[in-house]
This record gives sequence, C-alpha cells and structure tokens, in this order.
Amino acid sequence: MNDATRPVVHGLVNSGILQRLFLTLGGFSIRVSHAAVGLILPLGVLGLWQFAVIHEWIAVQLLPPPELVWQSLQDLWESGDLTHHLSVSLSRIGWSVLIGSSIGWLLGFSVALSKTARAYLYPSFEVFSQFPVVGWIPLLIIFLGIDEGLKIAAISIAVVVPVTVATYKGISNIPRNLLEVAQVYRFTRSQVLLRVVLPAALPSLFSGFRQGIMQAWLALVFVELLASSEGVGYLMGYARLLMQLDLVFVGVIVIGVIGVTLDLSLSFLESRLQSWLHTVHGEAK
Amino acid sequence: MNLIHLIRNRDWRWAVLPLTLLTVWYVVTTLGWVNTKLIVPPEKVYQAAVKAISRDGFMEGVEASLMRDMSGFVIGSFAGIVFGVLLGLSRWTERIVGPTFNTLKHISLFAWLPLISTWLGTGDSAKIVFISLTTFYPVAINTFDGVRSVPRTQLEVARVYAFTRWQSITRLIVPAASPQILTGLHLGLIYAWMATIGAEFLLVTADTGLGDAVIKGRAAFNVELIVFGMLIIGLVGALLNFIATRIESHLLAWRGDRT
Repeated sequence: MNDATRPVVHGLVNSGILQRLFLTLGGFSIRVSHAAVGLILPLGVLGLWQFAVIHEWIAVQLLPPPELVWQSLQDLWESGDLTHHLSVSLSRIGWSVLIGSSIGWLLGFSVALSKTARAYLYPSFEVFSQFPVVGWIPLLIIFLGIDEGLKIAAISIAVVVPVTVATYKGISNIPRNLLEVAQVYRFTRSQVLLRVVLPAALPSLFSGFRQGIMQAWLALVFVELLASSEGVGYLMGYARLLMQLDLVFVGVIVIGVIGVTLDLSLSFLESRLQSWLHTVHGEAK
Repeated sequence: MNLIHLIRNRDWRWAVLPLTLLTVWYVVTTLGWVNTKLIVPPEKVYQAAVKAISRDGFMEGVEASLMRDMSGFVIGSFAGIVFGVLLGLSRWTERIVGPTFNTLKHISLFAWLPLISTWLGTGDSAKIVFISLTTFYPVAINTFDGVRSVPRTQLEVARVYAFTRWQSITRLIVPAASPQILTGLHLGLIYAWMATIGAEFLLVTADTGLGDAVIKGRAAFNVELIVFGMLIIGLVGALLNFIATRIESHLLAWRGDRT
C-alpha cells in the first residue's frame, strides 16, 4: 500500500463504511444460510415424494408424481382456467371484505362510543359471534339459494365478527387521559373522533381488518367446496370427485400462495402504518 | 320485594333486540306475509325440536359429533404443544421446520379436506385427522410464542440449579408458557368445533352427526330441522367456549392478580 492511498483507507475505516459493508454482507449471508436450512425439509419431502412415486410405493391415483402436479399447474395457467377461477374467488373475497368490514366498523364504533347502543346490541352480538360461520350456511342456502348472494353473505358474516370485536376493543382501550386532554381543549365531538379516537384505535382497527381477511379466506374455501360452480374451492372439490389428485394438489398450492401473499402484504401494510403513526406522534412531540 | 328489586336493577335492554326479532318472526309467519315454507313459524321449529329429541338418532348424532370433536381436539392439542415446545426450545428445529410450518399455516384449512378425504375416505378417521389439524395450528403457534417469551433470567436460574432438560421443561418452561398455551387451547377448541361441523357438511356419509343431520335436512328442505340444528350448533359452541373460559381462569388462578 503506498502513501497516497493510506489516508483514503483510513478514512474508509474510520467512517465506518467498511464495517457497515461487512455487517450487511454478514447479515446477508446469515439470511441466505437460514433460507437454505429452511429449504432442507421441503426439498426432503419433495425427494421422498419423487422416490415413492418412482418405486411405486403408493398408487398414482393416491399420490400423483410431482412433475404431473407441476404440469397441471402450467396447463391450467396457460388455458386461463386458473386465472378465471382465481378472479372469481378473489372478487368474492373483495366484496365480502368490503361489506363485512363496513358493517363491522359501524357496529364496533357504535357499541364502543355509545353506552345505549352497547346495552342494546352487544349481548346479542356476543351470542351471534359464538355461532361458527359454517353453521349459518345451510340456512343461508335456503334463503339465498346457492348463487353469488350465498357466498357473499357467508363470507361477510365471517368478516363482521373479528372486525367488530377488534374495533370495539381498540376504542375502549384508548387511555382515558387522551380523551381528558381532548376535553380540556374543548374538542367538538367530530374533532375527538377524527383527531383522538381514530388515530389511537387505528392499529387495532387494522389488525381486526387483517383477521377479517384471513377469516374470509377460510370461509371462502369452505363455501366454494360446499356449493359452487366456480372458484378455487370448486376446482378442488370437482377434481376430487374425478379422482384427479394432481388438480387437488394444484388447488392446495394456489390457496397456499394466495394465503402467503395476503398475509405478507397485510403485515407489510401494518408495519408501514405503525411507522407512519410513530412519525406522526414524533412530530407532535 | 327482593325479587322485584333484583329484576328492576338489572339491565334488561339486551333483551329488546332478540324479543323484537322473535315477535317479528312470529307475526309475519302467523299472518302469512311470507312464504312459510321458506320462513317457518317458530312453533314448527319447536315441534321439530321435540320430535328430534324424542326420536332416537338426533341426540346420538350430537354425541357422535362431540366425540369426533373431542378426539380431534385431544390429538391436535397434544401434537401442537409438543411441536410448539420443541420449536421454541431448539434453534435448529426452528430453523429447519419453522419456515415450512409458517408457509403451510397459510393454507386455508378446508383446502386440506379434499386431500384428506381422498386418502382416508369420508369416515371418522378422515374427520378426526382434519379436526386435529385444525386444532394443531393455533395450539402450536401459541405454545411456541409462550415458550419463546420465557425470560432468559429464569432459564439461567434453572441452569444454576442444575435442572435437567426434562426438569426445566416441566417445572419452568411449560408453567411459564401456560397462559399462551391455554390461549392456544381455547382457540383450538373453537376451531375444532367449526371443523367438526364443516367436515360433517362436506364429507357426507351414512354416519350420524349433528352436521350430517342438518345437511340432510337441507336436502329434504326441512327448514325447521335446519334452524333447530343451527341453534344446537351455536349452543354447543357457546357451551364449549364457556367451559374453556372457566377452566382457563381456574388454571391461571395460581398467578394471582398480576396482569
């Protein structure tokens, strides 16, 4: 190393850039190795599956070869069937989440903000929430038939319960002193609602929404398996009737992928919301 | 005098909504404003209830459903606790199994049912496996969280006292994680009942069961039986929930009033 570069290197070392670089590299390689370790089990299962198929341990009808599952997934995707069923299922989820969470927020806000509403409505709601969603479906079929209305109604019921509970709990857990400060500043009712209650309850509102979406996803697959002519659940039920297990596996994979995507995007949104709330609070201080 | 006082002082406003609904139901059906084949009058539901209880078959169905529910719950929660403790204690198990578990838990539970029923048929074994799986997830997740949140200092104390691994699990880790484990079990109980009814709806067999009775009532357009069955489903769910809450607070009483 000559004299000319020495100060530069010193500068680099002192400024901590190199340390940071090493740390990130180290963190990255740790993460890569963790991911690799996490892959051992699924790869092992896949290998065992392939091995079992090659040695014909289990009948092909009961355990289709992995490449057949992959092939069916590609075929379904290319023919556009998969996108069709998926879009049907996802639009059901969308409408139900919209309807269910609107009702849930309305109900949650009213029972949390008004003692009268709580006294009249909440006990009935608590009884209602004890009924498993699947129990409603036969009755709904009688009233609504097996058309789109049934699916939207059933999935919406699944969304209403967690959203209402989280909204109610979130608002009633707002610290009293926050509300007292608002009172001291003579906030109007709408100011209290917009400036105090809503921001303070936002995290629990969101977590209720998240649970609602997960419940909707659960209810969707059930109702599509039970009574439907379209959608991912229908695809699986139909494939099972025809003993086409490769398609059933495709369904499981697709449902898993959607579930993971939903959860990841929701938790990303949740963390963004948290950090946004932090900065807002920070500025307020 | 005392009784009147008691009735007066209680808040009866909760009764307004159910009573209104009941009255509306009664009035519209007796006046014939609605199709009484679709919206059956309350007295018909009552008759169906009396008939179902007195005739043999229905109560056996409820019993069979509860047996499935409980077997699945016991298997699933046992597996869930063992799995959760293992995952929480050993870093390596967590690294190897954790990612797969966290991916699989996102598969909507009912999606497993077509696979399970192809492999195991539509009988009791398929249903119990499905109910166990449903119970397993919440129990395992909560047990893992509980074991993970045992304070390091307590673990160190156990090491200082030279606890064997088994001793530190049974004397320290499981008791310390018990609130979360119980939360998981409670959730598992609620899920197991939903799974029992769901599996009986989807896997129609000649077996008896509460769900089977209801779904057969739908096929025969026996609305009063469906309404009665739904009430029983809700009642059993509420009862299980009530018992679980009681057991939970009883078991956690040793912790005293700390929150």
